This record gives sequence, structure tokens and C-alpha cells, in this order.
Amino acid sequence: MNNKTCHELHQLLTDKKISSVELTKSVFDRIDKVENKVKAYVTITKESALKQAKAADERIKTNRNITPLTGIPIAIKDNMCTRGVLTTCSSKILAKYVPPYDATIVAKLNEAGAIIIGKTNMDEFAMGSSTENSGIHPTHNPWNLETVPGGSSGGSAAAVAAGEAIMATGSDTGGSIRQPASFCGVVGMKPTYGRVSRYGLVAFASSLDQIGPLTKDVADTAVMLNIISGHDPKDSTSVDRPVPDYRKALIDDVKKIKIGLIKNLLGAGIDPAVKKAVKDAAEKLSKLGAEVVEVELLTFEHAVATYYLIAPAEASSNLARYDGVKFGRRATGAKDLISMYYETRREGFGPEVKRRIMLGTYALSAGYYDAYYLKALKVRTLIKQDFDKAFGKCDVLISPTAPTVAFKTGEKSADPLAMYLSDIATIPVNLAGLPAISLPCGFNNGLPIGLQVIGKAFDEEIILKVAFTYEQNTEWHKRSASL
Amino acid sequence: MQIDVEHVAKLARLGLSEEEKKLFTKQLSDILSFADSLRKINTDKVEPASHAISMKNVLREDKAIPFENADDILANGPQVEENMFKVPRIIE
Repeated sequence: MNNKTCHELHQLLTDKKISSVELTKSVFDRIDKVENKVKAYVTITKESALKQAKAADERIKTNRNITPLTGIPIAIKDNMCTRGVLTTCSSKILAKYVPPYDATIVAKLNEAGAIIIGKTNMDEFAMGSSTENSGIHPTHNPWNLETVPGGSSGGSAAAVAAGEAIMATGSDTGGSIRQPASFCGVVGMKPTYGRVSRYGLVAFASSLDQIGPLTKDVADTAVMLNIISGHDPKDSTSVDRPVPDYRKALIDDVKKIKIGLIKNLLGAGIDPAVKKAVKDAAEKLSKLGAEVVEVELLTFEHAVATYYLIAPAEASSNLARYDGVKFGRRATGAKDLISMYYETRREGFGPEVKRRIMLGTYALSAGYYDAYYLKALKVRTLIKQDFDKAFGKCDVLISPTAPTVAFKTGEKSADPLAMYLSDIATIPVNLAGLPAISLPCGFNNGLPIGLQVIGKAFDEEIILKVAFTYEQNTEWHKRSASL
Repeated sequence: MQIDVEHVAKLARLGLSEEEKKLFTKQLSDILSFADSLRKINTDKVEPASHAISMKNVLREDKAIPFENADDILANGPQVEENMFKVPRIIE
């Protein structure tokens, strides 16, 4: 049961062929069996999940307010607040934090009747590309336990790939949904900036963060997007525009769609197997009737440097709140307030978080602001303009999601810059606030390869249409990790 | 480029071990030299983009809404007395 998709399970639930309690139990059985190998979760909420499952069954029995998520077991990334349930951000500084409120997306999922089975592991404060920066424990890729699941939503992607959740939520600041989706062979979408409320999402870089789904196929992504999208008065950056029924975009047809293959993301630094898989995907889409052209977005060369000034700058400001005063860990024995701040933050933050706070503080500090932070904001404009130009002639753009398949645990952890460069294809999308999906498009040495499809702002529908068509005409998504 | 790690750590109220200070001095200069590649791009006539999607200020009525479970907020406090968060001495 736990291998099926949400839309398949919805059918079985509403046909009364299975119950949500049975389904939820089967997911927990799977967790019991494989979680000690994968380590996708930081908190498991079995008791409350079974209660929710019972309520969902009642809801289905009485045919009351059934949604496509009613009775479906879902995992939540541990940077989204869950009332009464630990929300650690995989950080020692929040190890005991129990939010007094639900994030808007959590409230929406609860309202839809989804079953929350636990909180997934991540790079601490979502800073990382491998989930090795978790302050709790690392997560392993279900396809090969010696490799990383990607990050920062590595726990969510691994949970879905391992059958430990039917679907999961992730957050994406520079690729944190799409890159782990690519590494774990699942579908992951970062919606347009402002499409999904971030109220209750622990802030990392506020001009870039966005919440989105991690699922087994494209249809499930549309299903979850329908539930979590929409304006929220509690998030002033959420955009007030109607939410279409994204399932209506699931059409197997790419005729008349113009696809731009990003040529400069098929050059140096991209693994030959990844290049080939993406070129093959472009050819496949062309055979299915799309018009595929090559485009160049040369400003991408500067995207990683731009991102690693802007994101840490915003993070250094957002993370100033962890001072040990009102919540989270506090260092004991400090003789005065200032030394309490120093000690609390020294003990509570891991190395990558400290590195980024330092980098961001430096980029914003007197004498360096213009040279680094302001300069990066200007280059960000150039990157946006480059996208605008490409979208002047294309409906969507495609590229690899990541330059390689999943790398070995420990391979890049000593070299932050090498780790940063693994986000080369995903970062420009966040800088421009655009929506993009990653879906499986091949394998190399038994590890999945991801295809990225990027759309114009608020044009999630055409992305879903292209991704759905590709998926319906290929078999990659039907493979699953054997554990 | 040499970064004054201690000065930056002070601005961020971030305690660092001697080892971290040494490590960060090297790693941050590596990252910043990489970021220096931006300098060669001409941005004279380019406006900075602080947000990806153009936005305007969102205002709402300044109205207090009671928070029903204030106790759950206090329960997260590292040190709480009555309905207050207690901190170490501030004034000598």
C-alpha cells in the first residue's frame, strides 16, 4: 500500500477498499522496517497520526468534506511549525522547541484531512545540499545508503523514496526541494515566490524561501499544490491571486509548447551521464510534439556567488532571533546578557550555520555592503532579465536539476565551496522567484537523475503539463529504491 | 583577502572556538574571493532587486488579536518567572 501514489490511494480510500488506519499503519510498518537505515525522520508522531486516521475514516464513511488528501499519510519538513509537536530545524538551538501554533500549510493539510506522520530531517536551518549538516543525524539515500539524499529537504525526499511517507512537504531557498528530489528519484516542485504561504516556516532567506511538495509523481504534486497554495493575510509576501485547479494541467500533450534547453547548463562541470539524460529528455519532448530550441542564460555563471551573498545576508538577520531569551536553547552559567548571547549561539549552531551567519554579517557590514550585498542585488536583476529574455521566446526552460547524481557521504563536507556549486542549476530560479519542478529522467550507476522544468512566474500549470507529458511517456518514475 | 573574523563574530554575537576562528578565516576568504568575480560585471545602470517578484507594502489595521494559548509560548522560555522571561543581569 505504501508504494502507491496519493491519487491511487485516494481512489482506494473512497471506494472503501482500504481504510486510512490500515494505510497509516502500513506506513508505520515500513518506517519500523527501514528507518534505521534511512534516518529520514527526526520526530515520529504515531499516536496522533492514528487518531487523525480514525477521524479521516469517519469523514470518508459519512462522506463529509472529503478532499484528495483525506486519510493520506504525509511527512512535514522539520522547519514548519506544528502546534504541540517538536519543530527543531535539525538544530541543537531548537532541539526542544514546541511551537504554540501551526504553520499555515500545516493547518491547511490538517483541514484537508491529511495524516501527519512525522517531521523530517534536514540540513540545519535548511542550509546545505546533503542533509549532512543536520544537527541531529545524517540521512541516507534510499537508492544507495552510502550516498547523500541531497538537501536541505533530504529527509522529506528520502522518506517519499523509501515508502516511509506517501508525500512530504519541503522548502526551497536555492534548490532544497528540487535537488533532493533529483537525488532520490522523486518529483519536487518549488512554486512561484508568493504562491504558498510561509507563515510558520522558520525563515532562512526571506526573499528566496518557498514551500512546495515532494511526491512520487507529477499528479500528486498537482494535488498537494491545490491544497497548500493561496493568499494568507498572515504572510504579507503571499500573493492574492486565484488558485487554479492544478490537476486540470495534467494533460498528455506538449504540441505547440516551446521549450528552451539551457545550453550553458550542459557544459563544463556537468556529469556526462546527466548531460545525456537531459538531452535525451529534450529529444523525447521534441518527438512528442514540442518545439525544442537551445537558449543561453550566461548570467547563470554568477548565480552561485550572488546567492551566497544574498542568502547568508538575509540569514544573518533572520537568525539573530536565536538569542536564548524567549525560546530555544540557552547557555547556562553566563555572567551577563551579552555573554549569554555569545555562548548560546556558540553551543546551539552547527558549523555551516555559523559560516553563513559570518558571511552574511560580513557582506552587510560597514565598508563592505556596497561591494558585496548591493552588488549581488544588482546582479540578481541581471539574472532576472536573462530569464525574461528567454521567456520572451520560450514557454518553459529545461536543464539538469543537479550537475551530478547523489554523491558519497562525506565527499564534499570539508569543502563548502564545492558543496555550494552543486546548486548551480537551481539557484538562478530562486533568485528570479520562478516556479520549477524536478522529475526523474534517467539513472547512472543505479542513482536517479533529475530533469528541471522552469516556468514563468505563476505559470505552474505549463510546468505540470510538460512534466506530466514527459512522465506519461517514460518509465523512470515507476522504478523504486530497493531497501 | 584577510577577514577580521573576531570583529565579524562580535557583530553577530557569535561565540567561536579558536579552531573555528582559524577555519573560518580561510574558508570565508575562499568564498569571498569566489564572490569577487561579481566585481568584473558592469552594473552601473542596474537597479538592485531586493525581491524577485515586484511587491508593494502590505498594510493592515493595527488591531490586537488575543492569542489563546499564551502558556504554550511561556512553556518554551528557557527561564520564566510568572509571565515574564528572565535574563541574566543587564546593568552593572
